[in-house]
Amino acid sequence: MSLDTTTVRKIAVLARIRIEDEKLPALADDLNNIIGWVEQLSEVDTDGIAPMTSVAEMTMPFREDRVTDGDDAERVLANAPDKSPPYFTVPKVVE
Amino acid sequence: MTHANELTITQARDALSAGDLSATELTQACLDAMAAARDLNAFITETPELALQRAAQSDARIARGESLGGLEGIPVAVKDLFGTQGVLTTAASHILDGFIPRYESTVTENLLNAGSVMTGKTNLDEFAMGSANVTSYYGPVKNPWKRDDGKDRVPGGSSGGSAAAVAAHLSLAAIGTDTGGSIRQPASFCGIVGMKPTYGRCSRWGVVAFASSLDQAGPLTKTVRDAAILLQGMAGHDVKDSTSAPMAVPDFEAAITGDVRGLRVGIPREYQIDGSPAEIDAIWQKGADMFRDAGAEIVDISLPHTKYALPTYYIVAPAEASSNLSRYDGVRYGLRIDGDSLDQMYENTRGEGFGDEVKRRVLIGAYVLSAGYYDAYYVKAQQVRSRIAEDFKTAFQKVDVILTPTAPSTAFAIGEKMDDPIAMYMNDVFTVPASMAGLPCMSVPGGLGDDGLPLGLHLITKPFDEETLFRAGDVLEKQANFTARPNSGGAGR
Repeated sequence: MSLDTTTVRKIAVLARIRIEDEKLPALADDLNNIIGWVEQLSEVDTDGIAPMTSVAEMTMPFREDRVTDGDDAERVLANAPDKSPPYFTVPKVVE
Repeated sequence: MTHANELTITQARDALSAGDLSATELTQACLDAMAAARDLNAFITETPELALQRAAQSDARIARGESLGGLEGIPVAVKDLFGTQGVLTTAASHILDGFIPRYESTVTENLLNAGSVMTGKTNLDEFAMGSANVTSYYGPVKNPWKRDDGKDRVPGGSSGGSAAAVAAHLSLAAIGTDTGGSIRQPASFCGIVGMKPTYGRCSRWGVVAFASSLDQAGPLTKTVRDAAILLQGMAGHDVKDSTSAPMAVPDFEAAITGDVRGLRVGIPREYQIDGSPAEIDAIWQKGADMFRDAGAEIVDISLPHTKYALPTYYIVAPAEASSNLSRYDGVRYGLRIDGDSLDQMYENTRGEGFGDEVKRRVLIGAYVLSAGYYDAYYVKAQQVRSRIAEDFKTAFQKVDVILTPTAPSTAFAIGEKMDDPIAMYMNDVFTVPASMAGLPCMSVPGGLGDDGLPLGLHLITKPFDEETLFRAGDVLEKQANFTARPNSGGAGR
């Protein structure tokens, strides 16, 4: 599998990262090298092996379903780069 | 008397309880050393006022006979990946510009409650992604160790600032995080002790997430005993982290008995890699000899999937990172670069805010998780990960502890390996396998390489058997008798 610049462009859009056009070829080379290198995993026999989902042999804990915090808009908004309390602001998304 | 900042935690604890030293004097000595060694760039943020305030509180508690324990009054530097209330927290990334948490991470809160004094936030690779501390938005950290060519060398990474700070005696100890070797490899490069506990031993709550199934906090210290004391203050179950282990924390320091007679030490043949420098094999052999001399039994073992651990890591960790780092959107905190639409604002913010290595890993992660490739890469990697974990499980039926080298080289010069990501990734070839299985592990200084720079020895034990790890590490440390000191940069001496 080889990643061309079109594929890298597509992944970058999916990941919401702007990449300048002139940087795409070098980035595609880097990613291709890494993907080519990890493909050695195909040598490993994994028939019937369950994928690991957790390194710790423990079951997920449950707790009572009740509110434990919240109602603290000031604290939540404290680091917002742009806000209109009690809201975050974003560029307009509806016409 | 030596300068107070050069003490170990153990020595300072005794001096504080005997009244020979105050927490304020001790903290001031560290702050002075820190200020005199800014050239190392080990800290992103220094917190002298806060430190002196906490030291004064500590002195007051000691005077009242209300000491909080082994870490009372002990200065600790904190990797800038831990959220600290009211103190800038950057993850060494541009995208977290100006972020001042309104919360305290559980580990740093535990340390506060144990009486320790935070002196500052240490430099690291951006989002802990790196093995040389060269991807930090705040610039590279210099290793206090130099060799005769005079070039500045990397401290390792990602906890490079923490390791450099301890090696240069800017702090008695430091905390870091380890995802694939980020505590142990810098400990090896800087000639100190670095320990990663079992996954789940320390809470991850409030720590900037990189790869959540691997990330674990741990101590970087001058001695193995200090690591046991510091981990004691960090560890414990936390309901705020669902992967935190609901288990009692044993007395780690009490596990250090000085006796390894009969201990079975495994030597995994697959860690002998082609083209490995002779000095690496030599230090490894020396480690085995030291254990044998101390009465341990050396056992040859096999971990057949060792060579696949690193490529597995470079699927799993970027996949988790691409998911974790999706939260940096320019809306809730940190940097925001405006755009004509919401999507453009996201793309501009993340394009500007992430450095090259972070972008590479997020993109690799997005790719291996994308439709059509998920099974071929991500599921396959998680299956190989199961096999790696099985290897260790099988080995631990025969041995109590596994001995390997920590890193494939000594510290290299700043600027080397920068144009080849895979060459940089190879730094973690010996540390990643244990991470994939969530095992406790530790790097202990073993000696000097041919170039006069430190080399660590790496120990791995069963899950939640940190006690054997500390016991074995302490004996190795005593046998190695590593007394060499950095030959540059260190202040306060």
